[in-house]
Amino acid sequence: MAARTDPTGRTLVSDKELGQPRARLVYWIVLTLTTVLFTLAFVFPLYWMFASALKSPAEFAQPDPTLVPQSFHPETYKQAWTRLDIAHFFLNTVYYAIGGWLVQLVVDVAAAYALSKLRPMFGNVVLAMMLASLMLPASALLIPAYLTVVDVPIVHLNLLNTPWALWLPAAANAFNIYVLKRFFDQIPDDLLDQAAIDGAGRLRILWSVVLPLSRPVLAVISIFAIIAMWKDFLWPLLVLQDPDKQSLSVALSRLSGTAFVAPTDLMAGLAIASVPMIVVFLVFQRQILAGLSAGGLKG
Amino acid sequence: MGVRRTPTPRTVPPAVLSAPAVRRAALPARRRRRWGDNALAYAFLSAALVCFAVFSWYPMVRGVMLSFQQDNLVTDPIWVGLDNYRNVLADPLFVTAWVNTFKFTGLALVFGYAVPFALAALLNELRHFTGFFRLAVYLPVMLPPIVSVLLWQYFYDPGAGLFNTVLSGLHLPTSAWTQDAGTAMISLVFVSTWANMGGATIIYLAGLQNIPGELYEAAEIDGAGVWQRLRHVTLPQMRFLLLVMLLLQIIATMQVFIEPYQLTGTTTPSTITVMILVYRYAFTVNNDFGLAAAMSVLLFVVLGLFSAVYLRITRGRTD
Repeated sequence: MAARTDPTGRTLVSDKELGQPRARLVYWIVLTLTTVLFTLAFVFPLYWMFASALKSPAEFAQPDPTLVPQSFHPETYKQAWTRLDIAHFFLNTVYYAIGGWLVQLVVDVAAAYALSKLRPMFGNVVLAMMLASLMLPASALLIPAYLTVVDVPIVHLNLLNTPWALWLPAAANAFNIYVLKRFFDQIPDDLLDQAAIDGAGRLRILWSVVLPLSRPVLAVISIFAIIAMWKDFLWPLLVLQDPDKQSLSVALSRLSGTAFVAPTDLMAGLAIASVPMIVVFLVFQRQILAGLSAGGLKG
Repeated sequence: MGVRRTPTPRTVPPAVLSAPAVRRAALPARRRRRWGDNALAYAFLSAALVCFAVFSWYPMVRGVMLSFQQDNLVTDPIWVGLDNYRNVLADPLFVTAWVNTFKFTGLALVFGYAVPFALAALLNELRHFTGFFRLAVYLPVMLPPIVSVLLWQYFYDPGAGLFNTVLSGLHLPTSAWTQDAGTAMISLVFVSTWANMGGATIIYLAGLQNIPGELYEAAEIDGAGVWQRLRHVTLPQMRFLLLVMLLLQIIATMQVFIEPYQLTGTTTPSTITVMILVYRYAFTVNNDFGLAAAMSVLLFVVLGLFSAVYLRITRGRTD
């Protein structure tokens, strides 16, 4: 975590300028201030969340909040897990996130493969229509999509309170298809033809040639899919009205409005809901930040 | 495509001709193969096509149709012409919701637009702890939004909340935050900014690192100081990205929902936004999806203007 590694990456202020004594002093002051500010603004709230859940309800409620819990009650986490039934909603959310990820991956990889390598008639029209949906803000589709979930046209199924209400709309993800197609386009056709000559069918080629070469892009798409499913609030709030089926986010919102929930239990619930995302972030920070930068720069 | 070979290792051993492949290669009916290939491609596409058709393209059309209907999900929908639009426009909350939405968007720009850029410019100059800074600023973005909002609900608590404790400890005036009509909106903006600005910061950082170092060197040789370099090199180089992020932020903040929903509720006039009103029309107050659809269409038209500008500038760039 020392100096910049890129030798050509000079920025606004050159290393030479920073070498001067006065500039050095300013640099260290700014660095210290920034470190303190970032710790207070972004790390401390999380510490406070995890620490508050450890306090006794009386200590939590006192008008003068304590920085470090006076008495430790780690059992609050256990209570929240069982008494608030956070365990149940946690497992619901894991199920929704993993299922949504798999459905997205299967549907979008197949579509991107078809558009990139099988190149059917009107493939470009299909892609353009899919990309057009990106221009549509989520709010515009909310009401009609809800009515569609309640009564799916033609088959007349009611998907309300089923995971499919989350999974199928999530699979209609033009961004995934676009990114995957762009990546598949880079894989030389020769490689695929070779496999075809060896007798591999289209599905086999996808499975044994295209997918193994696409691990990096599949990883990024998977990470972002799982994060998005875990964080989602408004759509699950509408389509999972049965308290038993709710995701953790929706359940926490409902529990926060009920009087019988102790604030420390709720705080523990918030902490539990954050842990998977924090772990995912710490493990995959490189992919997440790089994916974000790449996506942002392409517009 | 496919002319230049990339040095990827071959997964399949070459030139092992198997019987079915020979037979397929020898197939004379090229036309039939073409149809077969198309059918196969559409078989691969079918799941995505169904998902898009049912959950994206059809709702797009249905949303517009719905805005001319009365629909409560119980009785059959009735065509009501422009009644929904008339009723929505006549609703005293219509103006309130739009004013609140623009207020939220405007305040979010004032507090949240320049901050990520300033932070990115600062972080780009720091030679230490770069990993920590990036991680820290993006941490709130990783949290489920409901966690951020509920956490801040405790910070905002007028009695035992952290903010008032700190403020009174510093002998500064305290505030009722979300519970006062005057400060409610700005309180929502603070949460939203805290929770979302990490993404913009990381994107700006990537943009700053793409600025060629020679530009700064040339400016330096010409005698430009740090501020002049910032003004005449950094800002012009970042202009496009700044514009894109401005539009994206406007589009995102105009659809604000979870902050008012959780912190002030759907019944507090001072924070009823357009999306909250849509939610009320459909799910809590009116149970009328036609009214909600009409309001959504109006929001879509306004957002569409920003989307069109966004599309235009990004199109011109990539071509």
